[in-house]
Amino acid sequence: MSAEHSSREAAREAHQEAGPNRIIRGGRVVDPSQDLDATLDVLIEDGRVARLAEHIEGGDGIAETEASGLVVTPGLIDMHVHLREPGEEYKETVETGLRSAAAGGFTAVACMANTQPVNDHRAVTELIMTQGKRHPYARVYPIGAITKGLAGKELAEVGDMVDAGVVAISDDGLPVMNAGLMRRALLYAQHYGVPLIQHAEDLDVTGDGVMNEGEWSTRLGLPGIPGVAEDVMIARDLVLADDTAGRYHVAHIATARSVAMVREAKGRGVPVTCEVTPHHLLLTDEAVAKSGFSTSYKMKPPLRSQSEVDALIEGLCDGTIDAIASDHAPHHPDSKDVQFSTAAFGILGLETTVSLCLDRLVGGGILELPKLVQLLSTGPASVLGVEGGSLAPGSVADVTLLDLEREVTVRVDSFSSKSRNTPFDGWRLRGAAVGTLLGGKPISVG
Amino acid sequence: MSEPAIPEVTWTRKDLLGIAELSPDEIALILDTAERFQEVAQRPIKKVPTLRGKTVLNLFFEPSTRTRSSFELAEKRLSADSLNFSGSGSALSKGESLIDTAANLQAMAPDLVIIRHQHPGVPHLLAKRLESGVINAGDGAHEHPTQALLDAFTIRQRKGRLEGLAVTIVGDIEHSRVVRSNIHLLRKMGARVTVAGPRTMMPVGIEKLGVRAVYDLDEALTDADVVMMLRVQLERHGRSLFPSTREYFQLFGLTHERLERAKPDAIVMHPGPMNRGVEIASAVADDAEISVILEQVANGVAVRMAVLYLLLQAQQGEG
Repeated sequence: MSAEHSSREAAREAHQEAGPNRIIRGGRVVDPSQDLDATLDVLIEDGRVARLAEHIEGGDGIAETEASGLVVTPGLIDMHVHLREPGEEYKETVETGLRSAAAGGFTAVACMANTQPVNDHRAVTELIMTQGKRHPYARVYPIGAITKGLAGKELAEVGDMVDAGVVAISDDGLPVMNAGLMRRALLYAQHYGVPLIQHAEDLDVTGDGVMNEGEWSTRLGLPGIPGVAEDVMIARDLVLADDTAGRYHVAHIATARSVAMVREAKGRGVPVTCEVTPHHLLLTDEAVAKSGFSTSYKMKPPLRSQSEVDALIEGLCDGTIDAIASDHAPHHPDSKDVQFSTAAFGILGLETTVSLCLDRLVGGGILELPKLVQLLSTGPASVLGVEGGSLAPGSVADVTLLDLEREVTVRVDSFSSKSRNTPFDGWRLRGAAVGTLLGGKPISVG
Repeated sequence: MSEPAIPEVTWTRKDLLGIAELSPDEIALILDTAERFQEVAQRPIKKVPTLRGKTVLNLFFEPSTRTRSSFELAEKRLSADSLNFSGSGSALSKGESLIDTAANLQAMAPDLVIIRHQHPGVPHLLAKRLESGVINAGDGAHEHPTQALLDAFTIRQRKGRLEGLAVTIVGDIEHSRVVRSNIHLLRKMGARVTVAGPRTMMPVGIEKLGVRAVYDLDEALTDADVVMMLRVQLERHGRSLFPSTREYFQLFGLTHERLERAKPDAIVMHPGPMNRGVEIASAVADDAEISVILEQVANGVAVRMAVLYLLLQAQQGEG
């Protein structure tokens, strides 16, 4: 292992302060990394999974967590969030974002670089990591910028940031428009073993668009964002990823053609992965019209049509899509409670994702539970190359407990996040995360 | 002075935000009411006391001459008190948020707010926050309901009906609020609508609104009863949508020669302001036999009087 990686590991180890030994007793353990779905006890020693068995004897100094009737999964990982710190702490902080993550059942998040200043150098990475350690409700994995200031012109100090702890690079919020620069970034990142996450959007195709281009944008008279704005960028990037063998990850994939291209490229062995958000799976652009221009339905990529949604679900089921990520994007009412055209893009996700997925995807018969755990834990851990995503002996003891029967009503006023921008307020859902353990320690959001 | 006789009012809406949500009966009610008000314009003293003591705010975030003066005239002829805010020189251009604007307007307790804004949905945002009624005087490329109503009024006056007519609308369909409101209205009232223009100005999925989209002017004009020409702009937000005004006129400009394909008694309309020699030849625009462009303007006042009257009556109905 190279020198750069050793300090990264050391930082992680310091992060996880092991609690006492613990048994999680009697839960249905669903762990796609071991193809496991069985009622088992889980023994945790020194912050790591020691053993799984039908019955594990308790004893002095071993804490117990009762999990009968619950599902025990490897800790869920949201690989795409915006924590807004530094610079926009009025929207979210690392602390409130990690609380929000824990409240939503996540044990780790990867946060995008579009802070102020941008996470394009070590100092910002270290600040985020420090804040994460100070508020250990969940792990925080910073994602570094691809280019300085997200300006799309010069490469950021990727090597130094990886040494400081970034797990991927992305200019998310903005695409890398310049193909030459994109090619260099894919080549450069390879050496450091981190994936490049692209917000795939050709800005010239988007123009002044604010919602999906289609029947509903036509009815509402709002400028449309054609699906091809995403497609042309992914088409270009797949050629570059193939040519450079650089690891390429598509953020928030949202069109049928993009899913088809990723599927085809994976088939040829191109090192590509992709993620989808719950809102792109569950909502369509019609919601903008039905809600009377509600800006809670404004995000990038925009909500698309039902045929695109169907293709996304097909991609989820056949393994083309590797992860479900929320793109948790806190915004202040001052930038959301305005006319649709000028409102900020983005919605919250950390505290709705799990219940939405359990109710609509598993409850709706679209995915089996182990497949959902794959998409929310094992998949993103693998894409980012971080630990977690498994309860196999030796794994870090990050655990999420799910109650599949619990009925919840989304109440934005009780969110741990600082922001309130969600279209899901008032939704009644069956299934919820009821607790997390981080390195074997139960997390209390308080 | 006696007030004009008005049909029995069944209008219950607080706001007029668009045509899309109106029923055919509501549309007919507005048009019938406008007919009674049209008579006021023929009187030597063009004023009735119908809305005395009512306050109407005209809030124009976007430049407008025709629509704003038409509303103002309608308000004056109904004896309402009007207050004008326009885009420049007011808080409207000083970056005040719409929510703050709404709160300030509410504090003035107007009875009606007329709003024109460059962004779709702004009248809807205000309507949710204001107790007063809101009339959409054009929101971006979304709707312009009183324009469609005055167009329908004009067509009905000339043709005696809307049902069964073939109406062709030509120009920048994508960026036109006039088109959307007209499509909704004409479809609800049983007319057939064809839209025509270059592919770059035709919005995706326009057929879902129940219209035929064609890209050839001659095809679009064939057997039309009504031809509505739209103002086109060479550039929109820095993007050119067609190569030149010269080429546009060659392909989509309305001339007497091309109009021969339409019905012999076809009428020509334009919501204004016109680009002579771009979308319409001057000879056509000025041909009093076929052009009803100035009638549209005159009818606009009567239609807006009807809308003001109906909305304020509805408020009183609620007590």
